[in-house]
Amino acid sequence: MLQIADTLTRSVFFRHKIWNIVARYLLMISLAFILFGLILLISGKDPIQSYKDIFTSTLGSAYGFSEVIVAMIPMLITALAVALPSRVGLINVGGEGQLYIGAAFATWGALTFQNLSPWILLPLMVLLGMIGGALWAFIPGYLKAIGLVNETITTLLLNSVAPKIVGFLIFGFWHSPMDTVKTANFVPAARLPTFFGTRIHLGFVFALFLLLLFWFVMKYTRWGLEMRSIGGNPQAARCNGIPLKTYLITIMCIGGAVAGLAGMAQVSGFYGVLLLNFSMGLGFMGFLICWLAGGEPIGILLMSFVVSIITTGGNLLQLTRDLPYAVINILLAFTLFVVLARPTFSKGKKV
Amino acid sequence: MNLLSVLGVLSSAIFSGTSLLYTTLGEVIDERAGIVNLGLEGVLLVSASSGFAVTVVSDNPYLGMLAATLTGGLMNMILGYLAVHRQANQLASGLALMFFGFGLSALIGKPYVGAKINGLPRIPLPGLSDLPRLYTSLFSFDLLIYLAIPAVILVWWLLFRTRWGLGLRAVGENADTAFASGRDPRLIRYQALFVGGLLAGLGAAHLSIAYTMNWTEYMTAGRGFIAVALVIFSKWHPVRAIAGALLFSGAVAFQLLLQSSGVQISPFLLDTIPYFLTLLVLIAWGGTRKHSAPASLGRVYHGSE
Repeated sequence: MLQIADTLTRSVFFRHKIWNIVARYLLMISLAFILFGLILLISGKDPIQSYKDIFTSTLGSAYGFSEVIVAMIPMLITALAVALPSRVGLINVGGEGQLYIGAAFATWGALTFQNLSPWILLPLMVLLGMIGGALWAFIPGYLKAIGLVNETITTLLLNSVAPKIVGFLIFGFWHSPMDTVKTANFVPAARLPTFFGTRIHLGFVFALFLLLLFWFVMKYTRWGLEMRSIGGNPQAARCNGIPLKTYLITIMCIGGAVAGLAGMAQVSGFYGVLLLNFSMGLGFMGFLICWLAGGEPIGILLMSFVVSIITTGGNLLQLTRDLPYAVINILLAFTLFVVLARPTFSKGKKV
Repeated sequence: MNLLSVLGVLSSAIFSGTSLLYTTLGEVIDERAGIVNLGLEGVLLVSASSGFAVTVVSDNPYLGMLAATLTGGLMNMILGYLAVHRQANQLASGLALMFFGFGLSALIGKPYVGAKINGLPRIPLPGLSDLPRLYTSLFSFDLLIYLAIPAVILVWWLLFRTRWGLGLRAVGENADTAFASGRDPRLIRYQALFVGGLLAGLGAAHLSIAYTMNWTEYMTAGRGFIAVALVIFSKWHPVRAIAGALLFSGAVAFQLLLQSSGVQISPFLLDTIPYFLTLLVLIAWGGTRKHSAPASLGRVYHGSE
């Protein structure tokens, strides 16, 4: 009897808590919008009209919606590149660098094997991109596994190196005759196919497939179990015969490979050319999204959708409201701030 | 290549390195208290833009410097609220702060793109006045450059010779123990962030008001992240931060020297050298406990009830 009463009160409490959470989140997100509205007002723009622009341009039309999906693709993949290593307790802040190196490797493939058929060239580029990202992640993974340097520090350092290597390759070898800051346009065979006449490319399928695979592996396979146990208590895991070092290095490399794939998808699917500094913080955005989503696939999907609406809407703000594009980052940051500042329900869970 | 060009390179290296030194000092204080500030890039941008804006409006570079400094402190308070008060993840909060900085600085700086200012006045070194004019103009620096080394000594003194610094380092090593010995880890982290922000603001002020003397969007170009790397390179010690800043500005100087002597090496590759050196330093010192990072760097203090 006592037990039933207990479950009952607990479920009532739980429902109450869920409504509480939803209400709080709505309140917080609207707080972010109000704050940004104030900033717009101060700079002499009409906030209501601006918000209307943002939402009609993204969710109001099929094309706008497709653009949101396009913006989501790299965020989904780079967030996954953070989520997987986080399961074994590795903090991969290096998505940005891995993305650049992956893009560079894929570009090498695209420029060298121009004459291959797309059926061979595209898988080759995917493979190259993943190898590039994995190599770049191997350095921090290895250094961490042998207990020498913390992976947070090394991934951060390598982030700053990767764009410079890409710059060196573009300026030194790959730049097109017309322009020194980018390569020649890729041949059509090196472009990922797009769907329904929009800019949504095959990378979206990759992203969804990888998210599904991630969820499946973590939940239903032995590897997932072992990874969770490493994340929970590395010492105990090692005592139970789980090969700790192998796992740390492999998982870091797979994370890097995924980020490299994001780079490949950006150059092959979105731009069709390798640009200097093309990423503009996509890897960091992936880190934020993964962290806000708690590393869960559904959360990653939702968070990147919200972030994509904001960044895509920002393009229009620049065109019609005469504001620098970067200003949309304020709305983005306010949203991130309020989610970060959300009340902690379980103490000690955060890293 | 003659003496004049070598001196010119040296002088420009000093000019480009000063903002890095201040920023690194600020980050040293943050990290000694256990907070990684990845939002430094954003803090620098907002400080640089507001300092520049105030300089344009008031036509007084010292007022601009003051504004930039205070802005740096206030920006870090946002991180303090998220990471200390709300116990959010430091790395994520820092990155959010970085994106906030991108946006806010673009908004603040927009009306002042292309504006002309009188930068921080150059004060010639005393005793060099009888040298030819060319040389004296190379070696007349602004106030912030002269104050750089005293600032390093001040930070060292604060961290290692005052009770406040002792408490700050204790919080960075183990917040619970610091609490047990009667200190308030949250308050100390807020204070560390504010002081660190002031120093970052000084660095940003030097960048926009003295060095480039203009405002362009994303003008810091990764200096925030360089500073984070430099803190690691200098092993969380303010005096070694000088070596770190010299390393980066030395790379810049080396590049200029090579260009002026006609050697063709990609500037992109030269730019990567300091990062690889930092990595090597980390590997070389990695195994030893003596010089490792503050023990609770990046950890959230949940309170000790």
